Amino acid sequence: MSRPRIRLPDSASPGEIIEIRTLIDHPMITSLSSPQPRDMLATLEARMNGETFFVYDFDNGTSANPYHVFFARVEETSDFEFVWTHENGETFTAQGRVTVA
Amino acid sequence: MKFDRRAFITASAALVGVALLPKRFAWAELSDDVADALRAAIADREVVEGGIVLDAPDIAQNGASVPVGVFVESPMTAADHVREIRLFATRNPSPQIGAFRFTPASGRAEATTRIRLAEGQEIIVLAETSDGRLLRVSATVEVTVGGCVT
Repeated sequence: MSRPRIRLPDSASPGEIIEIRTLIDHPMITSLSSPQPRDMLATLEARMNGETFFVYDFDNGTSANPYHVFFARVEETSDFEFVWTHENGETFTAQGRVTVA
Repeated sequence: MKFDRRAFITASAALVGVALLPKRFAWAELSDDVADALRAAIADREVVEGGIVLDAPDIAQNGASVPVGVFVESPMTAADHVREIRLFATRNPSPQIGAFRFTPASGRAEATTRIRLAEGQEIIVLAETSDGRLLRVSATVEVTVGGCVT
């Protein structure tokens, strides 16, 4: 469970705005209408060379297996890190690199 | 997802006349928890109607996973960018769906995710710009099979 998958282009030109897709397997149990204990991710944070450029704050209305499409403007070859943080503090990460020629 | 910029700009231009008028919500039509959530997000600020493209299906087969895209035209510079876009449900067990937070390095104030809708309802979207403006749009999504908000 909670195996993140990401899709990034391998390369980009300087200043290009790239599309990023992320998916993580997670039940996202709110326990609002079920007896199961709450089991929810709190945030998805996307970083480019260590700088946060996009965040999603999860609340009760997010589907199971959260999927996101968002963008980044890349100026130079960049290391990307995607961090999902559970409400209990546990984290799940995925990494990627976009080469700027 | 790509939005039709031309249609958006045309629609925006057409809306300017009304968009400049501060729009008051029909609070009476909202349940207490939805009104409270929106009041908390808006505080005493003025809300401009429009300026957000909300891409949601008219009819969702499965309420457990409804694709929703949002887009605000913005240069996404340090001086002028969209800071946050928040999604609210009007007939879910809890109104907060989630929030996208952007920076200039996001490049575009555009994102897509999948949401849960317990039944057919209006979705409300609020966007906040770096200069403190608040934009609002809403759309109604009919749901064939309600998404149990587990």
